[in-house]
Amino acid sequence: MRASESFLRRRALWGSFAGGCLLIAAASSVFVTLGIVYVLVTESMGFFAQIALLDFLTDTQWTPVFENAHFGVMTLVSATVTVAGIALAVSIPAGLALAIYLSEYARREVRETVKPCLELLEGVPTVVYGYFTLLFFTPLLQTFIPGLEGFNMLGPGMVMGIMILPYTASVSEDAMRAVPSGLREAGYALGYSRFRVAMRVVVPAAFSGITAAFILGMSRAVGETMVVAIAAGQNPNFSFNPTEGAATITAYIVQMAMGDLPHDSIAYQSVFAAGIVLFVITLTFNLIGFFLRRRFKEVY
Amino acid sequence: MVNAEMSQATLPNLTGIVDANRRTDLVMAGIGISVLIVAMSLLAAVVIDLIVGGWPRLINPDFYLNFPSRHPLQAGIVSAWVGTILVMLVTAGIAIPLGVGAGVYLEEYAARNWITDFIEINVSNLAGVPSIIYGLLALGLFIHGFGLGETILTAGLVLALLILPVIIVSTREAIRGIPLDLREAAYGLGADKWQTVRLYVLPAARSGILTGTIVGLARAIGEAAPVITIGALTFIAFLPPSPIQSSPPFINFEWLESPFTIMPIQMFNWVSRPQAEFHINAAAAGVILMLMTLAMNGIAIWLRYHLRRQIR
Repeated sequence: MRASESFLRRRALWGSFAGGCLLIAAASSVFVTLGIVYVLVTESMGFFAQIALLDFLTDTQWTPVFENAHFGVMTLVSATVTVAGIALAVSIPAGLALAIYLSEYARREVRETVKPCLELLEGVPTVVYGYFTLLFFTPLLQTFIPGLEGFNMLGPGMVMGIMILPYTASVSEDAMRAVPSGLREAGYALGYSRFRVAMRVVVPAAFSGITAAFILGMSRAVGETMVVAIAAGQNPNFSFNPTEGAATITAYIVQMAMGDLPHDSIAYQSVFAAGIVLFVITLTFNLIGFFLRRRFKEVY
Repeated sequence: MVNAEMSQATLPNLTGIVDANRRTDLVMAGIGISVLIVAMSLLAAVVIDLIVGGWPRLINPDFYLNFPSRHPLQAGIVSAWVGTILVMLVTAGIAIPLGVGAGVYLEEYAARNWITDFIEINVSNLAGVPSIIYGLLALGLFIHGFGLGETILTAGLVLALLILPVIIVSTREAIRGIPLDLREAAYGLGADKWQTVRLYVLPAARSGILTGTIVGLARAIGEAAPVITIGALTFIAFLPPSPIQSSPPFINFEWLESPFTIMPIQMFNWVSRPQAEFHINAAAAGVILMLMTLAMNGIAIWLRYHLRRQIR
């Protein structure tokens, strides 16, 4: 009797110990977020003590190591937006067409073969895409576009568009497949063709999920680092012209991190100030995407 | 509008409508397939470009055994691939217990309340945080805050945090796929919650968790951005101390505090140099890096589809 009591007590003890460990593991993800916010805020505090927020947001020069330093983050944002915009311009039509094909046209066997292949595309390290963009894709584009600089925003943007394609296509396809088949059948009963069913029934019904896919894809393009650091150049340049090279936020962080910056210099702190801008942009996209995705899951 | 079309349709133009529909369907399928072909040929172009570009170095055994050098023809990747393996050991050692633990908690233990909701939103947001931001976390907190230095430990830790969401999400999916009956049978036999999870749920979800872990580690191997910010050196002409030694206690942990370089950083360094000779080295390093990540992804994909077939 006593033996089994002590067994039960020991078991309960182990059980709550294990539960506690698991809770700590789950909480660790929250600490990561807190850590990120803490680091970004504290390390850039010194920066914002010296540079007025208004100058930071409106100046159009970014020259952190010059004698007369300017910190207009819009210089970096312009390049970031341009590259991400090109990526989306490639990824939205291509991703939508691919998702419609996979969810409405392809047979199951085709889908099961295609999706793993697309996943391989996602598995290529981004530094490899950077090499490819700089030394293969850009020279290729230059034969069609004579004025294209060696470092430019067009090439990285286009490669990135294909790079995020597996992600945008598979998230939008999930959303389309979540549309109940009853809706499709109602469309067919009205004499709709597959194309009509896709465009008038499935896409509108899955709209929030599809939007989420592209917003999350946008967030990835904004945060992508190695492709732009290698192939878009590291020269801060307030420009929306895709044939020019310009440093994005991420490329600037890489460039500064490679030189050994003194811990309390303004240039070091400017890396974290740029980091905050990047974090806020991607966080906004991610949260919008999260709630849109959750909505399409709830509706059906 | 469609109804009007239909009611006025006489037989010949009805077949016309059907034919037109067939044509648009064909065109749509064609567009979908061509997008697929473009994407796949990009992948093929990347692979071929790297292999062709790096071939002279790839066939030279010295390339795998030499340290980096100022002379492109003597430079090799030994410190990079050793560094990658050691960093991955740290990453796996941290990310797997934390990620699987968090996944189990959220799926089996967590009550449906705002705290759980908050953790879930947080995990999904972390998955979308750009990897370079993790690099800033490592720079500001691990290096300047905790004083861990520019070491293998710091790199392994930051990459572990980076892939944590991947492992959490795939653990949850694997666990969610385990039928409730299994748990109820375990409870029926008198098992408590932890015994059920440890003895029945986790073993049943093992392969799904393994798949997610491999995908996560494959991602970590290819990541350069979060490690660049902590100042991974690119000119490392020595190897970290060996983790295994011939005298007791046979293992030592000095390697954790060693400076290091890893494959993607080495490749980035070579690609950013102006001399074309170094680009050959970059391509060769890229081939090896791709072999590593594609092999891991391939195993994971195969495992997943193999499993799915088994369950069916």
